[in-house]
Amino acid sequence: MADHALLEMRHINKLFPGVKALSDVDFTLRKGEIHALMGENGAGKSTLIKVLTGVYQNDGGEIRVEGKNISIRSPQDAQNNGISTVYQEITLCPNLTVAENMFIGREKDVFVHNRRREKRANELLGELGIPARGSQMLGNCSLAVQQMVAIARAVDMNCKVLILDEPTSSLDDKEVNVLFGLMRDLKARGVGIIFVTHFLEQVYEVCDRITVLRNGELVGEYLTEELPQVQLVAKMIGKDLDEISSFGEVEEKEFSDADIFYEAKKLSSSDALPFDFEIHKGEVNGFTGLLGSGRSESVRAIFGADKVNGGTVKINGKHVKITKPIDAMKNGIGYLAEDRKRDGIIADLSVRENIILALQVMKGFFKPISRSESEAFADEYIKVLNIKTASRETPIGSLSGGNQQKVILARWLLTHPDYLILDEPTRGIDVGTKLEIQKLVLKLAEDGVAVTFISSEIEEMLRTCSRLIVMRDRRIVGELKGSDLNQAQVMKTIAGGES
Amino acid sequence: MKNNFKNIFKNGLGQLTIPIIAILLLVIFNLIRDPSFFRITIEIDNAGNRVLAGNLISIINAASELAILAMGMTLVTAASGGQDISVGAAAAIAGSAFVKVLKSGGNINGLIVLLAFVVAVIVAMCFGAFNGTLVSIFKIQPMIATLILFTCGRSIAYWINGGATPTVDSSIVKAIGGFIPGCPIPTPVLIVIAMAIIFKLVFHFTSLELFTQSVGINGSAAKLNGINSTWIKLLSFIILGACVAVAGCIGVSRLGLINHETLLIDIEMDTILAVAIGGNSLGGGKFKMAGSIIGAYVIHILTVTLYAMKVPSTDVKAYKAIVIIILVVIGSPVIKKWFAKTAARIKNKKASAPMKGAQ
Amino acid sequence: MRKKLGRMLLAGALAMSLLFTACNGGKAPAGGGTSGTPAPAPAASGTIKVGVVNNPPSESGYREANVKDMEAVFSPENGYELKTAYSLKNDEQLQAAQGFITEGVDYLLISAAETTGWDEVLKNAQEAGIKVYLFDRMIDVDESLYEAAVVSDMSAEGDTAVQWLLDQNLPEYNVVHIQGAMGSDAQIGRTGALDAQFASGKMNKVVQQTATWDEAEAKKIVESVINSGEEFNVIYAENDGMAKGAVAALDEHGIKHGVDGDVIVMGFDCNKWALRELLAGNWNYDGQCSPFQAQIISDLIQGKTTASSKKIINEEKGFDAKTITQDDIDTYGLGE
Repeated sequence: MADHALLEMRHINKLFPGVKALSDVDFTLRKGEIHALMGENGAGKSTLIKVLTGVYQNDGGEIRVEGKNISIRSPQDAQNNGISTVYQEITLCPNLTVAENMFIGREKDVFVHNRRREKRANELLGELGIPARGSQMLGNCSLAVQQMVAIARAVDMNCKVLILDEPTSSLDDKEVNVLFGLMRDLKARGVGIIFVTHFLEQVYEVCDRITVLRNGELVGEYLTEELPQVQLVAKMIGKDLDEISSFGEVEEKEFSDADIFYEAKKLSSSDALPFDFEIHKGEVNGFTGLLGSGRSESVRAIFGADKVNGGTVKINGKHVKITKPIDAMKNGIGYLAEDRKRDGIIADLSVRENIILALQVMKGFFKPISRSESEAFADEYIKVLNIKTASRETPIGSLSGGNQQKVILARWLLTHPDYLILDEPTRGIDVGTKLEIQKLVLKLAEDGVAVTFISSEIEEMLRTCSRLIVMRDRRIVGELKGSDLNQAQVMKTIAGGES
Repeated sequence: MKNNFKNIFKNGLGQLTIPIIAILLLVIFNLIRDPSFFRITIEIDNAGNRVLAGNLISIINAASELAILAMGMTLVTAASGGQDISVGAAAAIAGSAFVKVLKSGGNINGLIVLLAFVVAVIVAMCFGAFNGTLVSIFKIQPMIATLILFTCGRSIAYWINGGATPTVDSSIVKAIGGFIPGCPIPTPVLIVIAMAIIFKLVFHFTSLELFTQSVGINGSAAKLNGINSTWIKLLSFIILGACVAVAGCIGVSRLGLINHETLLIDIEMDTILAVAIGGNSLGGGKFKMAGSIIGAYVIHILTVTLYAMKVPSTDVKAYKAIVIIILVVIGSPVIKKWFAKTAARIKNKKASAPMKGAQ
Repeated sequence: MRKKLGRMLLAGALAMSLLFTACNGGKAPAGGGTSGTPAPAPAASGTIKVGVVNNPPSESGYREANVKDMEAVFSPENGYELKTAYSLKNDEQLQAAQGFITEGVDYLLISAAETTGWDEVLKNAQEAGIKVYLFDRMIDVDESLYEAAVVSDMSAEGDTAVQWLLDQNLPEYNVVHIQGAMGSDAQIGRTGALDAQFASGKMNKVVQQTATWDEAEAKKIVESVINSGEEFNVIYAENDGMAKGAVAALDEHGIKHGVDGDVIVMGFDCNKWALRELLAGNWNYDGQCSPFQAQIISDLIQGKTTASSKKIINEEKGFDAKTITQDDIDTYGLGE
């Protein structure tokens, strides 16, 4: 076994002030294998990856590549040792071209040949089946393509160890398949791939082995075929599965027109075509569709996040004008944005300040929430949502993704909205937190709050929504409820199979 | 116990560590050089008041305009992620407006001085709003937007003056720039304290601090949380305008003379430096106003120290630059990280040593 | 985005230039007869056309008085038609001068922003038969290209002042010397005479610092000396503003100055407000730097006098607090 070991990490420790992020963790990657690294938020996956890529330095233990002891003190060291990473959040430069992004920082020539660089980029992109041209501005490409460009960049660096940190969270199924093809291709070439993801199905589709971490400790390493999916989840969250299975089918609820909370007619914005939509008190509905189908743009129009162009909106039967987020907020609407890092967190501010932000805005500029009051709010929601943070004054940027998301949720819950829009609240967060959020959504609905829930995992929506609005090419193409609410029907509607 | 101490060290000082250490170092350096450097005496000035005197008083007094401008600049920096380089020129305009009103009436009494001050504030706020509009609505980079006023501000001041160096002779104006009869503390110092208290109150009774930081750190998220980021940026420039007017009026009152070419000349760069020395990111976002104020005093201790050492004033700027480079480098993320790492390593060693001893 | 920015800047610049044009337009009539006003009837054919290229009046109190003097002397009443162009930039001045040549003035008067680059324009003037006078500042060209240069002798100003100081017969001279912007003509001239005294040991240099004409900086320098506890009995500031700054520091520390005081205060430039300080006995001496060259040039043009050499030194006075009169202030004081 050890002969084939490409990368060995032994007894890795990592300390942060007040937290032991990694405790005596072992990890082994073999040549030509795809190895899933699994764990909940705060399990230590990201930290382990960052130790491996030189972002952090380990406080103990050793790292060997092909049997040789190495020390990784910077990302440059990692690259020199053949370790490349594609991170969860795109870390390329949107204002450079695709080609520039692929070759930036590793060209030895002072004089750069634009033409030649673009040619080389185009060859590689073609080889990998990536729908982009070298001369395109990266920022003009979809998130999915940007992600793939990042992978192409790593591939071109002839890496031995490729780390993919949540590469599929912003890709649609077709793109995921292209990526998997690429991963298998690399595997055949002898590259070892560390695959970090929250999509269990994907793990079972491509991975040979699974290493599970929990609370900074190693749970174990398993062959994929020997570990049933249920077992995997159990090992990750470390509790039995009753809770997971306790999710039944969504109860059918009857809504009368009198219960309509929000109603839009011909609502359109700079980014969304006119559409009609209504939601009842206590109802959970979902918007689904492929990437770019207009599901996010539609809910942004509801919240006034983009420039609203036309349409009429009624809340509780009364006409209202919502053109700015503050209008929506004053009418009891909350909106958790799709891109947490860009549109959600205020990274340098504390958990407390992030929690009270929306409420403070609603109360107004001249009525600040007092320090003691805000501390009470923060403590309450840290407890209720089980947010893992060193203290309420910790900057939100240093929390794990799932906990950041909980803080943003807390922010909106604190405004006691009548209607809460959650756009991809579970993206890039661990299974345990996902379940917590789903439960929270159902609980809110029980309390009479209208909820719009968007997720790229259809199963998740089937578990929570009683009505699904399906979009394709920026238009609503179907509305499913009752017995139509099943995976097959949703797929069919998305794909446009009905005739 | 130990934890408490550690927390105070870590959270209590935090961003202010560097400027406070800088002040301490300068103080120690001066005490070694000349133990009587910080001696404070009570003298009787030519108007017959008992007043405080000494290098320390000179420093605190002379830094007043800079400290006030640094307060406003901190807000602009935090909200817009850029700096206003027109504060010196705008202060000349405000000072000119102040003198213009003072000279328009016959006798200068308290009411006229108050009126003149209000006019100066309004004028400076208008120019602040002009800068702010370019930045917040037209999305022009702050340095470029304020370059316009930087270039033409002193000409506008001249035009208001209608002459080169108008003077005002009034006991009230003298009191603003010097000492109020019966009060041994220089009036500009009292004004700085008043401004600091006003800001403290504004932060307490409004959400300015939270909103400004939110806009500066993540404008997109701030917008989606209902914050009107255009207004917040504009507001920061208008508030800076008020600070500019106060600084300009102090500058004029010190000598009872407005020279549009030299009033608060080159102060814009010192102001930006004060903000930076205070540990605030010039890229905007989180800020600590106290840091900028301390930064202003650091700059002036440095100047006065160099004068006391009889460094030729042509060389003063070079020496200042050296010290400031050191300060800014020490405050840079790279060095901070290195310090944190070294500290952690020492702590680890210490932590492991007693454990072995216990066993 | 970049395009948008460009447009914004352009629009801003346009708006600004409009604003300035408006300001200038508003000011012109107040400033007396300038280019726009039609010459009065009496000597329409006999008017002498004079083009003046100068620095803008906003440059300093000196320049302001200089510009006013030009306007007063070369007035229609005196038989002149005056055209003016103000700029701090040499190339703009060159353009303006060329413009005057093309327009066909009779005389060209120049106070140049820089000493170089004037050859061609002055040759053009000569070819066009236009006579050139330099005032206030010299230019690096052959003497044959201009009729005469009427200038101040800054080192003479310094000599006069230092001589006055020596005449006070103090038992010892401990001088705080506050300099202007290093390298400027005024600074070099006014520093020279004092440096000679320091070198000879006749006077003792307590401190010599530049405040770059900045009043507030001068105050800081003097404060620093006071705080150090060093003895001094003379403040020699190279302009009025810096002297005022120094005096403010003395006042705050209860140091008596002026005619009956412990410290002698000396300034330069003869601003009216400074001369009033002299009259009140708060200061002791103020040296003149005369901006009044117009009458000398006018006399040369009209042939009332002839230049004995190309370089004519404008005679400059020094005022003593003990002898100054209100008449002096009205005659020689600058500004208001």
